[in-house]
Amino acid sequence: MSYAPVAPGSQPPLDAPAYGSTHKRHPDQAPIRIAPTLTELAAPRMTESLYPSNANLAKGPGWEAQGERIIVAGRVLDEAGRPLQGAMVEVWQANAAGRYNHERDQHDAPLDPNFKGEGRVFTDAEGWYRYTTIRPGAYPWRNHHNAWRPVHIHYSLFGQGFAQRLITQMYFPGDPLLPLDPIFNCVPDEAARSRLVASFDLDITQPEYALGYRFDIVLRGRQATPMENPA
Amino acid sequence: MSTASQTAGPYWHLIDFPEWADLLRGDGPNAGIAGERITLLGRVTDGDGAPCADAMVELWQADPEGQYDGAFHGFGRCATDANGEFRFTTLKPGPVRAAGNVFQAPHVTLSLFARGLLSQLVTRLYFAGEALNEQDPVLNAVPAARRGTLIARPEGPGTWRLDIRLQGEGETVFLEV
Ligand SMILES: [Fe+2]
Repeated sequence: MSYAPVAPGSQPPLDAPAYGSTHKRHPDQAPIRIAPTLTELAAPRMTESLYPSNANLAKGPGWEAQGERIIVAGRVLDEAGRPLQGAMVEVWQANAAGRYNHERDQHDAPLDPNFKGEGRVFTDAEGWYRYTTIRPGAYPWRNHHNAWRPVHIHYSLFGQGFAQRLITQMYFPGDPLLPLDPIFNCVPDEAARSRLVASFDLDITQPEYALGYRFDIVLRGRQATPMENPA
Repeated sequence: MSTASQTAGPYWHLIDFPEWADLLRGDGPNAGIAGERITLLGRVTDGDGAPCADAMVELWQADPEGQYDGAFHGFGRCATDANGEFRFTTLKPGPVRAAGNVFQAPHVTLSLFARGLLSQLVTRLYFAGEALNEQDPVLNAVPAARRGTLIARPEGPGTWRLDIRLQGEGETVFLEV
């Protein structure tokens, strides 16, 4: 077994001049390509018994976060379109005012004592995940003059192989900040960029409760190769 | 086409659970599993030699028998501190079977996520003095002059250090599959 090669333009480069934090952190040397070994084909089993799920960031016993409640759902698939069951999906985000519940975030926007901004869910047999949260706010960052991050939710995913590990961000449709954002625009391929943007979904929307957004994620697929691993 | 990676950014600590850096924690999945207890530590620095104080380091390894499908849960996560240092407590992995009739030397995979990294950097930690290092297929894919960036040195009993340099002189070898 092996992993399918990464499609050209689908992934951002490590050296991205428009994103200042890459300047001193990108390696100068190209990575060394290795044939996957058992180490890269296996993966940690991230189960709900070890890592309890939390599918509601917006409300809990005796508390409710400020902001526009939303439901986000989608499927986790491999590149062949096969659903990945039991994928662990971690999410984290700013509050409705654009402030993270994080000591290093000093943006002058109110903290919400009822919003931590961290959740964890697992995909079902069809690859579906779902959680309820509030729509985060945009926030400034100092990358360049008057720089603002588009509204986004951070995602961390564990699939069924180590090489499927992915951290990404989900954006919202129609955000005027998207064309201005160096991080979003580091992805060279336009179609690949657009797949980081969730779509409004009336089927996920719940009447009298919350708007729904759909965000599907594709993790690297495996393919058989002549170089079979004996294990 | 797989979904594009994006940076974990500076606020990923919302998914930091410091206890995950101790794979042998009393209430954790590996309590009671036998093996050689080790501490793995290192300092992550950037192209100026400045510490990366906001990085997330993830560990992935086999069990002491070199298996990935046994009872041992070989996953950990650690935030670097103000000096850029990470520290894991775990069991030393055994040799892992490779293609052909050979074994990979004992190794731990380290993945780095951080502000300024648009996708993770993946490297391996090997142990100095292991006879299997000489025939390890991944070490042998690395030019000899840079191989040392993957080999941890002992630093006191049961403690191994591997510093990670993201850029410039002595730059760590990063791997891609
Ligand atoms: Fe963010």
